[in-house]
Amino acid sequence: MTANVTRAVGAPTVSGPVVTEDPVHQDAGASPGVGVVQGTATALGPPVPPSTADRSASPGTAGERENRSLWTTLRLWTTRAAPRDRVPGAPSPSRLAARTDRKAFKPRRPRLGPGRRIPGGALLGPFLLLAAWAAGSATGVLDPRVLSAPWTVVTTVGDLIANGRLQDNLATSAERFAYGLVLGVAIGTVLALVSGLSRWGEAVLDGPIQIKRAVPSLALLPLLILWLGIGEGMKITTIVLGVLIPVYIHTHNGLRGIDSRYAELAETVDLGHAAFIRRVILPGALPGFLLGLRFAVTSAWLSLVVVEQINSTSGIGYMMELARTYGQTDVIVVGLVLYGVLGLLSDGAVRLVQRRALSWRRTLAG
Amino acid sequence: MATHPGGLTVDAPAVRIRDLDRSFGEHRVLDGLNLTLHKGEFVALLGRSGSGKSTLLRALAGLDYDVHGTGEINVPGKVSVVFQDSRLLPWQRILDNVLLGLKAPDARRRGLAALAEVGLAGRERAWPNELSGGEQQRVALARSLVREPELLLADEPFGALDALTRRRMHGLLRELYRRHRPAVLLVTHDVDEAIALADRVLILHKGHIAAEQAVDLDGERGPGDRDFARIRARLLAALGVGADDDKDGT
Ligand SMILES: Nc1ncnc2c1ncn2[C@@H]1O[C@H](COP(=O)(O)OP(=O)(O)O)[C@@H](O)[C@H]1O
Ligand SMILES: [Mg+2]
Repeated sequence: MTANVTRAVGAPTVSGPVVTEDPVHQDAGASPGVGVVQGTATALGPPVPPSTADRSASPGTAGERENRSLWTTLRLWTTRAAPRDRVPGAPSPSRLAARTDRKAFKPRRPRLGPGRRIPGGALLGPFLLLAAWAAGSATGVLDPRVLSAPWTVVTTVGDLIANGRLQDNLATSAERFAYGLVLGVAIGTVLALVSGLSRWGEAVLDGPIQIKRAVPSLALLPLLILWLGIGEGMKITTIVLGVLIPVYIHTHNGLRGIDSRYAELAETVDLGHAAFIRRVILPGALPGFLLGLRFAVTSAWLSLVVVEQINSTSGIGYMMELARTYGQTDVIVVGLVLYGVLGLLSDGAVRLVQRRALSWRRTLAG
Repeated sequence: MATHPGGLTVDAPAVRIRDLDRSFGEHRVLDGLNLTLHKGEFVALLGRSGSGKSTLLRALAGLDYDVHGTGEINVPGKVSVVFQDSRLLPWQRILDNVLLGLKAPDARRRGLAALAEVGLAGRERAWPNELSGGEQQRVALARSLVREPELLLADEPFGALDALTRRRMHGLLRELYRRHRPAVLLVTHDVDEAIALADRVLILHKGHIAAEQAVDLDGERGPGDRDFARIRARLLAALGVGADDDKDGT
């Protein structure tokens, strides 16, 4: 008990989520064995020749010598079993153990986890792509009518910012994205809760949503245009429809996956219905919800691209569509890069939320 | 005591069960079971696997909704349950797990005190994942005790722990019991555990309490003790196991 108390001293001072601790755990977990073995192996390296003092009984034939590592191992066992037999000055059992370990170092057990993270590894792939693009443009392999050079794109960004088109279109797109995402997530979550918490809700809601899931959101576009016209309503509705499906599916899954033993526990501690939802159901479904949110963000960008290229008069998609009619590949690339950056940023934001909100979990990904 | 006539409660039992029947379909698990627990009494319930120990405990805890049955059950208002698994919510920190569902103005202070009692002072902000199995079960004990139960129901609470941890938990449970004095019904399949902890050991067999054995040992209770061995032999006989058979065969 005393041990526990002392060990705990640091714990309460960590006031934030455990995120900051994660890398530590990961590293500690990544290679404890390797570190130890290497450490002892080098410490004991060459200066300790196999001591022959205590082995005079063993005949030194060549065949025997080949079996030395086995012999050492056997010797180790006997030394361990009967330490009083040890000749004074002979290596201690632990040293022998380390030496045999060094010999048997290669065939250590293969690790199954993915291992250590490569620092900055996430940037490697994009950087290589960029390099290939630049090289292609510089050598003329890439025709600017097919794909503008990276530096042209950079200057085009400058021009677009100078005349205000970039900011305006970006603001419009971001607004549509935000409305669609917020509404879609809210509706998807509520539907999932209703259908996850009541059998009636499930009976009524789940079927239609599964049917809707089978129909791609974008296939509904003609109907939505007929019903809602080509204004903002149609655009946001399309995004909402694309967003609510993944949110619903994964949140519902998460709800259904909550261990029923927790419900039993809640009953024994007299948890009320509201408290049960707040303390057990919602946190239990949170991992599913956040996974759904990641898919939802992707889906929202996808829908946005499509609705902005159809009958639109503003937004990044419109800017790109207009550029197509004038053959301005540089502007198209700017649009693509924008979509990419925005997609990455929003996905990163969700992942950050995920990591903070789920810091109680220990997974392979760390 | 919910149904006990008010007034004199001096020698009122903490638990009284009359003619309890419980069956799953055609399978009658409890059959005319009678049981009385006095206030502050520590009782262990032994029985073979599948004899209905958990069924009885769940009936007492009010968790038996998918069971058919009749009978009269009187239990106190404040009942706490300790399960075989610690059943901590992984997404709540230790203190929040202890305080789950507790409505009291000084809940936090009491939760911290309960954690200190089980030797986990300072761990209140840890996640359940960060604790060992024994520590998790100690949190579960703290969660039960912070409610100041009049009846503590424990269904093989140490069954999943290693032998060493289990022995330490025995000492802890006994100590907590001495301090809080709830009536305890401890379900176990380990005869030694029953003798080490309880003042009275019941044996559930064929749906009712088939045998009963007072444990009148004082001081250190250990398998080396002669009285301990005597009680153990009697219990094993009542369970229909020879004294040299494996005790886990119960
Ligand atoms: N939910 C259930 N549905 C059907 N049968 C059950 C259920 N729970 C327990 N039983 C049966 O009731 C009997 C007693 O179970 P249980 O009380 O868990 O035994 P113990 O805890 O003594 O090992 C067993 O035969 C078991 O198969
Ligand atoms: Mg059981």
